[in-house]
Amino acid sequence: MKDTFVFKEMGAIEFGILSPKVITGFAAAKIVTPELYDREGYPVDGGLMDIRLGVIDPGLRCKTCGGRLKECPGHFGYIELARPVIHYKFIRHVQNMLSSTCGHCGRILIPDEKISHYRAVLDRVTKEEGPEARRNKIKMILAKMKNKSKCPHCSKKQDKIKLEKPTTFYEGEDKLSPIGLRSRLERIPDKDLELFGYNPQRFRPEWTILTVMPIPPVTMRPSITLETGERSEDDLTHKLSDIIRINQRLFENINAGAPEVIIDDLWDLLQYHVTTYFDNEVPQIPPARHRGGQTLKTLTDRIKSKEGRIRHNLAGKRTDFSARTVISPDPMLSINEVGVPSDIAVNLTIPEKATEWNLEHLKKLVSTGPVKYPGANYVIRPDGKRKRITEETKEEILEELSPGYVIERHLQDGDIALFNRQPSLHKMSMMAHFVRVLPGKTLRLNPAVCAPYNADFDGDEMNLHIPQTEEARAEAECLMLVQNQLISPRYGLCVIGCIQDAVSGNYLLTRDMEMPREEAASMLFALGIEDLSRLSNKKMVTGKEIFSVLLPEDFNFNGKTKSGELVKIKNGEIVSGFMDVLSIGQEKGVMLRSLYEEYGPEKTLPLLDNIFKLGALALTRRGFSIFSADLDLQEETKEKVQAVIREAEQKVGELIDDFHQGKLESLPGRTARETLELRILETLNKARNKGGEIAMSEGRETNAVIMARSGARGNVLNIAQMAAVVGQQALRGKRIDRGYKKRTLSYFAQNDLGPEARGFTRNSFKSGLTPVEFFFGSMTGRESLMDTALRTPKSGYLYRRLSNSLQDVKVEYDGTVRDASGRIVQFQFGEDGIDVSKTENGIINVKRIIEDMK
Amino acid sequence: MRKAHEEFIDGYEGKLPLKMINEVKANIPDDITKETLEKIMEQIVSRYNESKVHAGEAIGIITSQSIGEPGTQMTLDTFHFAGVSEMNVTVGLPRIIEIFDARKTISTPLMEVFLKPQYNKPEAVKKVALHLKETKIEETVAEIAINILDQTLTIQLKKNILEGLEMKPSDVSALIKAKVKKLNVKTEGDTIIVTYEGKPEEVKEIYLIKEKIKNIRLRGVKGIRQVLPVKRGEEYVILTAGTNLKDVLEQEEVDAKRTTTNDIYEIREVLGIEAARQAVLNEVDKVIEAQGLNINVRHIMLVADMMCGNGEVKGITRYGVIGEKASVLARASFETPIKHIIDASLIGERDELNSVIENVLINQTVPLGTGLPGLVVKVKGEAKDGKE
Repeated sequence: MKDTFVFKEMGAIEFGILSPKVITGFAAAKIVTPELYDREGYPVDGGLMDIRLGVIDPGLRCKTCGGRLKECPGHFGYIELARPVIHYKFIRHVQNMLSSTCGHCGRILIPDEKISHYRAVLDRVTKEEGPEARRNKIKMILAKMKNKSKCPHCSKKQDKIKLEKPTTFYEGEDKLSPIGLRSRLERIPDKDLELFGYNPQRFRPEWTILTVMPIPPVTMRPSITLETGERSEDDLTHKLSDIIRINQRLFENINAGAPEVIIDDLWDLLQYHVTTYFDNEVPQIPPARHRGGQTLKTLTDRIKSKEGRIRHNLAGKRTDFSARTVISPDPMLSINEVGVPSDIAVNLTIPEKATEWNLEHLKKLVSTGPVKYPGANYVIRPDGKRKRITEETKEEILEELSPGYVIERHLQDGDIALFNRQPSLHKMSMMAHFVRVLPGKTLRLNPAVCAPYNADFDGDEMNLHIPQTEEARAEAECLMLVQNQLISPRYGLCVIGCIQDAVSGNYLLTRDMEMPREEAASMLFALGIEDLSRLSNKKMVTGKEIFSVLLPEDFNFNGKTKSGELVKIKNGEIVSGFMDVLSIGQEKGVMLRSLYEEYGPEKTLPLLDNIFKLGALALTRRGFSIFSADLDLQEETKEKVQAVIREAEQKVGELIDDFHQGKLESLPGRTARETLELRILETLNKARNKGGEIAMSEGRETNAVIMARSGARGNVLNIAQMAAVVGQQALRGKRIDRGYKKRTLSYFAQNDLGPEARGFTRNSFKSGLTPVEFFFGSMTGRESLMDTALRTPKSGYLYRRLSNSLQDVKVEYDGTVRDASGRIVQFQFGEDGIDVSKTENGIINVKRIIEDMK
Repeated sequence: MRKAHEEFIDGYEGKLPLKMINEVKANIPDDITKETLEKIMEQIVSRYNESKVHAGEAIGIITSQSIGEPGTQMTLDTFHFAGVSEMNVTVGLPRIIEIFDARKTISTPLMEVFLKPQYNKPEAVKKVALHLKETKIEETVAEIAINILDQTLTIQLKKNILEGLEMKPSDVSALIKAKVKKLNVKTEGDTIIVTYEGKPEEVKEIYLIKEKIKNIRLRGVKGIRQVLPVKRGEEYVILTAGTNLKDVLEQEEVDAKRTTTNDIYEIREVLGIEAARQAVLNEVDKVIEAQGLNINVRHIMLVADMMCGNGEVKGITRYGVIGEKASVLARASFETPIKHIIDASLIGERDELNSVIENVLINQTVPLGTGLPGLVVKVKGEAKDGKE
């Protein structure tokens, strides 16, 4: 093989229907016998596995093209049908044509003088609503015509055409045989076909009645050999042999002059087999089955639906040079790196061309061989021949290796790889990372990139792809690298930021930590910062000062913390305030966003890396955990919470009494019962919130509180539920209202409307739930599970529809937004042409520019 | 000084979007020199140009991802409206799906009726609301007695309800007379006695008449099932369940400029396609806002423009936007592939392969992003060094 390429591009695809002439013309063989193999297991001539149709056995050669297995693409054959049958897929169109044309002269039932008028009407309809609307319009035009029972051309009476499903036509009372049908359709002139919107060059109506049928090549329906040595044929082959068998019998019976009844029966059977060959899910027809009762997968089933050819094989491709395994976190990796296990690195390769300058390096890789890590697996000689590197071939290859050779070497640190997690709902679901080959068996990633991938480490698996050409690598690096994906095009803010410990760590560090300068220095060293000139020379340095070392010296920023304090950074120093989610968190981190805006992705990424690591380090130094005593309240507080709940319960009791006595004043538009529910819900929720407030007012800063305040994890409500009171369990936005007759559990009295009987949990998670409370809790838990389970497929389908309809909408060079056919959808994207990912949520901050320039 | 500045800034029309020009005007200090202003404007223009979408950007995919991805975070519930229990609102994912489907009948039609300023008083609002709500005779009737012998209907009215509607029994009888022909209608206090004019007809007929009378609309606008006046800030707004934009807009008291419905088709019929596009935008935005999600308007705009681009509201379905694609293979790869291929072959359709999915199918470069530009190198002369 030489290094020659022929690049061919497909310009267009035209659709049409095969005429009998074409079918017989391109056929490599005429198939006449249902037998497949002779006694030796060799394909029978004129059988369905005829080797003129292509080969599927290694060793055999195709009689048509001489190719071997995998070289020969396969060739069509044909069979001649003893009697014509209808192609089921065209039945609607045939019916349409029959009822709109004359049964005698074949003309369309519109008078000549009106044709040109209607043609204009029809062309307009087609343009506006498509070809299907055109056919419906013809029906409407004909229905409007007064003398539709008489042909305007030959004045013959017209009988009504009826289709008896699935495949039998009646004209008036008489059955129309496919032969009759065919001759009727033949009479329709080309010019009238155009009126229907059909293209007479590509389609003649009589072609929908099959007289010959193409036999697909064997390569399209390969048989598989079972372990027992038995052959198992493809479903299509089964179906085709059924057709041939019946066709054969029909031939014989006709030649023997058998009675009409028998012939008609066989004819119907042939029709059945041909119909099910095309589509095995025709209503009113029993599907053809295997001996076991399993339905056969015939042509239609092969194409349609998610598992069909189009969506499974054509729109979805499979790739080489990819890997998939479980993921695990590694905060010491950079955000744009991915840890690849060495087991994978020795199997994924990158082709590297040998030149004078890298020859030595490559020779070393070759001599290491394919098994040990940095080595190589294959060598491609300049003549295109591939050679596997093994212990035996190694010496030989080393000798001949010279510039021009291509070495497929193992994956190395710094190579670029695409990293992906399904479902890929985002463009951020597939980003480019730099490879770090590591020991271990899992793919490693920095926890900060979990968010765009929506990954966690409870067993998630992810995929890795290695781009193989320079062009692909360049594109991946410029467009897909993590730092270039920091800003979401959905809302123009950072999708990647500090999470969890990195947030609470930086929060504690910048708020009130202090440490000896040496310790601070060692921490910064750990991040790779050696220049400590910006760290103050005091004996004890504050966390703010340590953090400020990371920031660029000319960075200014004004923001707010979660609790409302002002954050001020002047010339790279934190002047006041401290870090929390609103500064460095993902999605919310405003400081990150302005860093990105000012310094660009290349500088922001290492900065983010350092901030992340600094947070984790600071937290390690301090020590951080959560334990059950965090949730203990003082006796006094506990009593206060209990009092609030008791009070609420009492109030609910009063409300219920009022309701029973009819004293409850109902809210406008509500019944008394609904009012009661609303009031109770209100009272109980108030009590829960108040309980939570009391618990939080204790003032102890536990670890749980730190996490909630910094925004790292959890919120005040979570803490209140754990420490003070869980509160009302709501089902469908109401109190729990189902179960037994007039009560939720048999443990309660009927019509008990009290808090406890309707799902109020007065305990906290720490103090423990009663069985009843636990049960109600499980009800709400189940509800939310159901909700997610129902929502996922719905939103998935919505996404599929959206992406299918918008996939070819792009921005043209003139700034207009157009679809594939060039139709302008918008003159400028979003009315001003602004890219959301290049601005803060689509807004250019004019005010800030003015202030900066002033 | 100020005026000169503004004129100078106006000179940037065409280079900057109007919205930004106005923003500059609002924020520019009075005491600025011309040179700095010039510099500022140049800076803003360059920032604007830097922020523009690149040519070839697959903005459609980005939009669909931006809407599709947070779809999993939306809720499925329908919410009860504050106040009236039968007023539900579809929210969250189901509502989004409903809008993008462009359904002709939506599950919870609603209107927001704004009133002209002179009616912005509690009593007036209540009165308007009452006049909007569709009330049928049935609702005011205590009993309808049929006397088969005399062929008469005796209608007993509920006085308190009638009074609430500010109507008299005679008004009701006048209405009956106007709406159903050939009847004698007599009013006696709270009762209305209906008899045939002329000869008595079949017994069956009288039942039909009874049904007819029950369904006569006494008051209000057709289709408005419920009304609920609420106070928004200083203003009273009437929320209605059921919608009839055309008739409501015709009401004297209604502020037609601000009154809307959530039925996009109705807006298309009454106010035209541009209004429908804005309605799609508003409705989707409302849902997203309520769910606490963050999706930039530009993405919703693109979907809305896609849906309304042809002058009709088309859904994001195989019958709507996707069914209208020029490419056979693009349609076939979405849904019902067989149907599309068969239809294409009859017409002899040609797929020019210029959109995305067809090129994926046949393994060719997709005409988006880096796949869009083509480069042709013009080779000048022969290679000089004698080598090939």
